Amino acid sequence: MKIGLFIPCYVNQFYPEVAIATLQILKKLELDVDYPVNQTCCGQPMANSGFEHLTTGCNELFIENFHKYDYIVSPSGSCVLHVKEHIKANGLEMESESIQKKIYELTEFLTDIIKIEKINSTFPFKVGLHQSCHGQRGLKISQMTELVAPDFSKTEKLLKMVEGIDLISLSRKDECCGFGGTFCVTEEAVSAKMGKDRVADHVSHGADYITGNDMSCLMHLEGILKRDKSNVKIIHIAQILNAGMNGERI
Amino acid sequence: MEKESKLRDHATLAHAFNKDEQRVDWHDKTLWMVRQKRDKAAWQIPEWEDLRKAASSIKNNVLSNLYNYLIEFENRAQANGVILHWAETPEEHNQIVLSIIKKHNTSNIVKSKSMLTEECHLNDYLEKNGISVIDTDLGERIVQLANEPPSHIVLPCIHWKKEEIGELFHTHLGTPKGNSDHQFLTNAARVHLREKFLTSKIAITGVNFAVAETGEIVVCTNEGNADLGVQLADVHIACMGIEKIIPKRKDLAIFLRLLARSATGQPITTYSSHFNVPRKDQEMHIILVDNGRSKRLASDDFRSALKCIRCGACFNTCPVYRRSGGHSYHTAVAGPIGSILSPAWNIKDNADLPFASTLCGSCSNVCPVKIDIHDQLYKWRQVITKSGHVSKPKTAAIKIMSFVLSNPTLFKVAGWVGRKTMKIFPSLISNRLNPWFTQREMPSPPEFSFTEWYQKNKNHGQS
Repeated sequence: MKIGLFIPCYVNQFYPEVAIATLQILKKLELDVDYPVNQTCCGQPMANSGFEHLTTGCNELFIENFHKYDYIVSPSGSCVLHVKEHIKANGLEMESESIQKKIYELTEFLTDIIKIEKINSTFPFKVGLHQSCHGQRGLKISQMTELVAPDFSKTEKLLKMVEGIDLISLSRKDECCGFGGTFCVTEEAVSAKMGKDRVADHVSHGADYITGNDMSCLMHLEGILKRDKSNVKIIHIAQILNAGMNGERI
Repeated sequence: MEKESKLRDHATLAHAFNKDEQRVDWHDKTLWMVRQKRDKAAWQIPEWEDLRKAASSIKNNVLSNLYNYLIEFENRAQANGVILHWAETPEEHNQIVLSIIKKHNTSNIVKSKSMLTEECHLNDYLEKNGISVIDTDLGERIVQLANEPPSHIVLPCIHWKKEEIGELFHTHLGTPKGNSDHQFLTNAARVHLREKFLTSKIAITGVNFAVAETGEIVVCTNEGNADLGVQLADVHIACMGIEKIIPKRKDLAIFLRLLARSATGQPITTYSSHFNVPRKDQEMHIILVDNGRSKRLASDDFRSALKCIRCGACFNTCPVYRRSGGHSYHTAVAGPIGSILSPAWNIKDNADLPFASTLCGSCSNVCPVKIDIHDQLYKWRQVITKSGHVSKPKTAAIKIMSFVLSNPTLFKVAGWVGRKTMKIFPSLISNRLNPWFTQREMPSPPEFSFTEWYQKNKNHGQS
């Protein structure tokens, strides 16, 4: 099983530690993982802004970089969902279709494909889980509160395997943080207010850390926490799952 | 007010709404409470998701066979003694209403809630023709007194606090200054409206469901104002969009269970009134309005928006709506559903609305008829951009982004330059011109990108 590691463009540039943690988790599971160094972006920032027709270059590059792998794994629900729903290129229909079937967000890959039952990591802190919408409602990584349906969460299941972790409960467990891609600047007022409200929910329930499957949401929440000079920190779930796996965090 | 706000876009109006943060908190909490009531009501029905599926299937069937159902409805309604009118445009609809009013030569007209008449701007039209209509739904009467459009399709005055309503009633209805007791104010409105009901000659109502099998229409209210209006008036005018058809009366067993639970968390509205045959000596009119609906019916991407039963659940769950207020959408129907309906009516004026969303998808999952609202928001964005209703700077920025992200070398260089610039000259990025920075700090740029790290660490990962 050959795995292609897909790292979102902004994670690559701003949060390399999240990508390193993801790579290390996969390596420690003794998986054959490869990082195609010519990757850039899934095209979502353009497409969600209404410019899907300008994503051809990104799509072709993505297909070129990843079509040969058995699985594509990424620490981002949002980018994975975008590829699953929208990647297409003329003359590469078969490759696109196959990519859409074999691309996985990290926690769903660990849960559904590797089916891990045990994680050797320690994280003795109070942690609030931010459910990123695209992972939750799009990839169905966890049940949404809108539906009258049994509860489940692949992310929580993994976090509960971490030693010492104290998962806090929230008043609104799956409300959007307001990042929304270019929405975060085009609708600055509402975006920031949504972020402030999410942060307040975590802070009032005593979180030391806010975690999640998507660094974009966490980057937005981090911006608000830092402006507030809060002691609460953000941390990607890959970093928690990797914490203490070999003694210490990255 | 509405005309004025059309000159501005959602982001600008939402920004203005957010200047009073406490009010935003209040607005958000009030509507979140309605969402919670909806959840509670839904969870009391174990087969809730099956009900949604059934409702969605019935509506899909209606849309696939709309012509036949409309003809069936027309035949039945006419056999019941109803006068049927067809209007292709809002103007035609308004002219039909005006002609009926003129025929009866009266100015005493009451109207219960009808989003169709809001969509057609009927009140404005009649006002211009010297006729004033009294809205009898309490919330609608409040916004009418305030000379505002409704901010929510089910809760028209949800943006008003009771103290402000006290002031409004003091000015318009002469209630004592400073009295904001909700029971007292409701009673004052009741007394005020009772006189309007008793003297009305014409009652206008909306339509929640029109049953093809029987030719009857069903109107759902909590206040009984539709019934009171219709029973006391000589003429009943019911206004409906052509998509309000359901095939059979028994289908109401599904829709009436879903409607009020989705809207307010009530098991059912206080009144579900069936109007079938006009009273003796009463005239009953039904106006069937197209206003772009048949054109939408032809669109694979946007057809399913016609399934909407106007419950407003997508408003209450929408984190953007709750924090921007209904008027920031500057259209008759606000919220997520309004953002996919309005561009079809006027793409130029409403080009901003599909962007007033984070595409979180909550709307699609509360929708009782399973409209893929957030997917349609995405699709409208593509249509709007392709048809040129987008600013030149935005297009230029996206083109540059697309160019850089399509080239791995350029991406590496741009990333490196960006990170170094942020490190050495943070004020070039973190300044007042950057909307991100207004209320948020920028991420701290790391020394190296992941790609740089990966290329340096040959044993990658086994640190």
